[in-house]
This record gives sequence, C-alpha cells and structure tokens, in this order.
Amino acid sequence: MLLRLRQVLRYRSLIASLVVRDLKARYRGSVLGFFWSFVNPLLLLLVYSFVFTVVLPGVRPPELDPFALFMFCGILPWAWFSASLLEASNVLIAGSNLIRKVLFPAEVLPIVTVFAGLAHFCLGLPILVAFLLYYRVPIMLTDLLWFPVIVLVQLVLMLGLALLLAALTVHFRDIRDLLTNLLTLWFFTTPIIYPMSMVPESLRWYLNLNPFTHLAVSYQEVLFIEGTFTEWPRLLAVGGGALCVLALGYFVFDRLRDTFAEEV
Amino acid sequence: MTNTNAIEVRDVQKKYRRYGRRRQFGTLKSALLSGRVLRDLRPDDTFEALKGVSFDVIGGKTLGIIGRNGSGKSTMLKLIAGIGQPSAGSVIVRGRISALIELGAGFHPEISGRDNVYINGMMMGLTKREVSARFDEIVAFAELEDFIDAPVKTYSSGMYMRLGFAVAVHVDPEVLLVDEVLAVGDEAFTHKCLDKFSEFRRKGRTVLLVTHTLDLVTTFCDEVLWLDGGLIRAQGDPRRVIDAYRLDVAQAEDRALGQAATAAIAEVSQESMPAVEPEVQKSSMETPSGTTPSADTSAETTPPDFFKAVEGRWGSREVEIDAVAFVGASGQPSYVFPSGTPVEIRLQVRAHSPVTDLVFGVGLFNADGICCYGTNTEIDGAEAGAMTSQGEVCFAIDRLNLVAGTYKVDVAVHRKNGAPYDYHRLLYTLRITSPVKEVGIFRPPHRWSFSGDICITGLGSANSARPQSDDR
Repeated sequence: MLLRLRQVLRYRSLIASLVVRDLKARYRGSVLGFFWSFVNPLLLLLVYSFVFTVVLPGVRPPELDPFALFMFCGILPWAWFSASLLEASNVLIAGSNLIRKVLFPAEVLPIVTVFAGLAHFCLGLPILVAFLLYYRVPIMLTDLLWFPVIVLVQLVLMLGLALLLAALTVHFRDIRDLLTNLLTLWFFTTPIIYPMSMVPESLRWYLNLNPFTHLAVSYQEVLFIEGTFTEWPRLLAVGGGALCVLALGYFVFDRLRDTFAEEV
Repeated sequence: MTNTNAIEVRDVQKKYRRYGRRRQFGTLKSALLSGRVLRDLRPDDTFEALKGVSFDVIGGKTLGIIGRNGSGKSTMLKLIAGIGQPSAGSVIVRGRISALIELGAGFHPEISGRDNVYINGMMMGLTKREVSARFDEIVAFAELEDFIDAPVKTYSSGMYMRLGFAVAVHVDPEVLLVDEVLAVGDEAFTHKCLDKFSEFRRKGRTVLLVTHTLDLVTTFCDEVLWLDGGLIRAQGDPRRVIDAYRLDVAQAEDRALGQAATAAIAEVSQESMPAVEPEVQKSSMETPSGTTPSADTSAETTPPDFFKAVEGRWGSREVEIDAVAFVGASGQPSYVFPSGTPVEIRLQVRAHSPVTDLVFGVGLFNADGICCYGTNTEIDGAEAGAMTSQGEVCFAIDRLNLVAGTYKVDVAVHRKNGAPYDYHRLLYTLRITSPVKEVGIFRPPHRWSFSGDICITGLGSANSARPQSDDR
C-alpha cells in the first residue's frame, strides 16, 4: 500500500496536468470562461441572500450582520465539498475508457476531482475577500493562520471520501443517486445557512457528530466572527478523523482496484 | 537485455464474472437487504477466459499471439499490461511497458492536441520533461503540426488515431504491447508504423503483437503463440504455427457450413408441403420479383426471378433429394475447397413412385447472387430419364476454377418442362480458398511469360494452373 502511495506521488505532475485540463475543459466554449468560477458562488450567495434577507428577514440573529457574508463563509467550502464528491462518485465510470485501456493508477482520477474542486474554491476566495474588506469585517492575523489548516483538514477528509465513493460506486451504481440526496440533507444539517447558536440545545449534540459542522464553524470563526478562534480542538479532532477516513478510503480503493477494469 | 526473460507468464488463469440471471449491477439496497455486500463483490457465475497459460518472452524478441475471436488474446495482453490481475498464476514483466490497446484512449475532446499529448504521455509513465523532449518528434510522427493546438474533438478519426499511436510509441518502452491497432491512417502511415516496429526490434526491445493479420506475424515475429479457448494450442516457429492455425480455421469453417446447411434443410423441410401439384405452384408464381415472399410462400412458390430468389426448397416431391454432399480430392465430404481442385457434388435421390420425366440440375452462385455456372442433364444432351426407387447422382468438376470466396449451390430434380420435383435453392454454401488474392469470379489456368529485357521474378506460385496444391 505504501508502495502504491509512492507511485501516486510519482504521478503528481499528471494530477496537476489533469486538474489544469479539468479547469480548461470545463469552461471551454463558454463566454465567461474562468470567470464562472467567480460568478457561480456569487450567484449562490445572491440566492441565499434573497431568501434570508427578503423572504425571511426576521430569522437571522442581529449580531451576524451582514448575514449573507456569514452564509458565504460556509457555502463556499460546501460547494467544493459537494461538487467534488458528486463528481468523484462518478469519475471511474466516466473514465472507463482510461481504466480499461491505459495502465495508470486509477486513484489519480478521484484525487483530481478533489483538487479541481480546490482550485475552484481558491478562485472563489477573492470574492469572499473582497466582500470581507468591503464590509470591514475585522480579521485577526493569528486566526487567519488557521485558514490553511482548515482547508487541509477538509482536503484530507474529501480525499478519503472521494476514494471510498469512487471505488464503491463502481459496484453499486445507486450510490450516485443516494449521494445527491444525502448531500442535500447534509447541507441542511450543517450550520452553514444558520449559526450554531440558533440550533436547539438538544440537537447540538447530533450536529457536533457531523464533521463538516466543525469545518463550517471554523471557517466562520476565522473569517467572519470577531474574537479568537475557539473551534481549533474540534478541528484537529476532525483532522485526525479525516486521516482515518483517508486510510479507510485508500484501503477500500486498493482492495477493489483489480475489479475496476471489469466492472466499469 | 538478451537471454533474460522480459515477460514471464506462469499458469495464468482469468475468470470473468458472467452476467446471467442477476441484474448487471447489484444495487446497494438489495445487497444490504440480503446481507450479501461482500458476496456480491465476488463472482459467482464465471467465464474462464484463460485456463492456465504459461510462456516466456526472451528480451528483445517479438512474439505474435494469434487465435480465433474469444480465444483470450486480448485478455492475455491486458494481464501483461497490468490492466487487471490474473485470477490465478503470475505475470512478471521486466521494464517499462507501453500498451497500444486502444489509441488515444485517454484523450479529452475539449482540450488541445498539445495538452492531450502531455497528459497521455504522463499517463503512460513519462515525466513532464520527458514529454517536452519528445514533443516535436511525436507531432512530426503524427503529421499534425498544423492542428496540434486545436481541440481534439475537431480531429478526424485518423488524426486521433495517429496522435494516439505517436504518443504510445514515443514512450520508448522496453516492452511494447500491440493489440490490432496497425490499421490506422493511410498506407504511408501504416508503413511508418511498421518501420517503427522494426526500429523497436533493432533496438532490442520486446514486442508482443496480437493480431489477425497473419502476414504481419510472419514478417515480424520471432515466435508465435496460438491461443485457443483460453489455452495454448501451439507455440513456436511462425510459419509452422500459422499454417496449423489456418488449417484449423478452415476445418472449423467446414463444420460451421455443414451445420448451417443441415439447419437450412431442416427448416425448409418442415415448411414445404410435399406432393403439391406443379400447376398449383405455377399459379402462385405471381409474387413480384424484388419483394421478399413470406416464409410459407417461399417454400412453395417457384420464384419468378431465378436470380433474386431467396433460399428455400420446393417441389412436388415425387422425387426427393435426401442428401447433398460435396467431396473434394481427399474423398472426404467438406465445404471448403482450395481453388482449382476437383469437387464432386453428390445427391442421394429417392423416388416415391416410378418416374419417366427426369432432369437433374446444379447451379453455382457467388455472394452477389450472380450465377457462375449452371447446367442440367437436359442441357448437357440427355434425351430421356427414368428412375423407380433410389440412387446417387454425382456431378464431378475436375477443377473448380473459381476465385476465393463464398459460393451458394442450387441442386434440383425436375420435369423437362421445368416443373420441379424437388428444388433446393441456395441451401448449400461452399468456400473456395486461395493463397493468392485474385479478383473476379472465374480463375482460368494461366501463365505469364516475358520476352525482351522485361524482368519479373517470383511468379512461380501464381504461374501454376492450380494455386492450391498439396502443400498444406
């Protein structure tokens, strides 16, 4: 297994090229091109702003203003999370031509989806930064140092899940459909469009079991909420769990590897 | 590199899961409900593509793998390439492999040829720098200098294949696996590909070639492996193995044609109504030519256009042709004959009551439905005929001088006025084989000769009247 991991490292320039290809191919032929990476989260922000400031204005707590910006801190990483996992669950089947005809480590494909998502996430960040500056949200530099750590934890968690989903979907095609709905549920059970403080005390325990809760809260604390970053012990716990997920995902992927060429 | 084995294959078996009653893709729900998650991942109904194959390829040698469809050639190649693992046994390959299994398999249609070359090259194990170093050479080889920055989706299929081929051969593998991909591009490009293979051989690289183009195997391979039904049937000198293979193919074809003929007879015998008055049949002859009569009528109707008729059997059956056999020079019934050899058509005939109005006929048709030859006893001058119970009719052709191809045969027994007793229309298929690729229908015995300072050599085999002598 470690040997395989080293092989993956050897293929890192391929992963990089495939990520670039993914970005190039995605916007080829569209008028706005790369600009869509900015526009997509912006439009998403617009939708949620409309719902929570026009349709349901009374819901939001007054201390979280502007509320749209608060939501955006969670939506942006969530968009990366859900889009990449959905794509990863289908990536081996979509790339069946490669799996059956070209000899190369198949884990490259789900890994590429995660990193391509990361690239989109990073392209969305300038918008977030622009809004943060516009609203003069006070940001502490020490908090900001945590930001790459949060991204890293999310990355590790997603790599594990992506490998697991990619491998299992080859055998159980209904995972794709299941995942679509599961992700919607997951989104609403994560404090992204509402703050943790609004959740009834009795339910918080359940929400805390959700690893993305801590990621979302971490993003919000670091980027938006004033005061020092207090979520870090939980974030690091999630990080440890993410490493376990990655190990599990890779183990499952490796065990099922030989069946891919026949089943996709 | 010489004298060590570049490829070692030991007792390799490969079982594929066969999709039978169960749905092709298990659903998670059904697996969870019956608690069979792990069992579902294990094959239950299997198909053995390889049943224990062992061989070595010495470094620097070229091995050809031949075999009929479904014999396990491509499976073997995939296992050697490392795409898929053997169910049992081991495969060891020493050195970098490049597999030309499907050209341009990894190309993404939306991005440029340039980017695709890089990504494809890296997938095959090159570093980015190595691709850069070979880039110009690859593009020049593929003859795509003007289009390399266009998206691959705008390429023609030939351009696509050429680029895929160019990348694969420039990976500069120590072991090259090729699966039937040489038919890309025009003739000039094919020559370039073959030159590239020769270059590989000169450099002492190991090549594994899976192909149906037997001539290519004879030209290129040091050794040939013949797979049959997942087992090695023969291995060794190309010419000997290929000759044995050709013979086997001919025999199998023979059996298949025989079975087809039997099946056709059985089918039309069921349909046709014996002892129908010829006059009745003539009145039902109105079926316009060109339209296909339905299954029941085709058995009873004498088609108005002899040449456009579909196969079938009809007649009053007062005299019946019970069996038809084709016998070649060997004296054994067969359906495959070398061009220019003797062929006898033998009919077992039985009369239900004595008849005095009797004509036997045969006709030979090529695949286009063109009558190559037809005759009957009356045309050949017979004045009267009669039979009371049974006998054998033998129509002997001294030399069946037809070019290679598939031919259909009519046999019939009928009255002098043409009313059939038993007409077998296109029910029998013959295959004529020939080592030379002539065109047309008829192969007259011929000879070339030259005078003056014209010098043409090597006409020896084609110069004989009988191309297919007893060398097989």
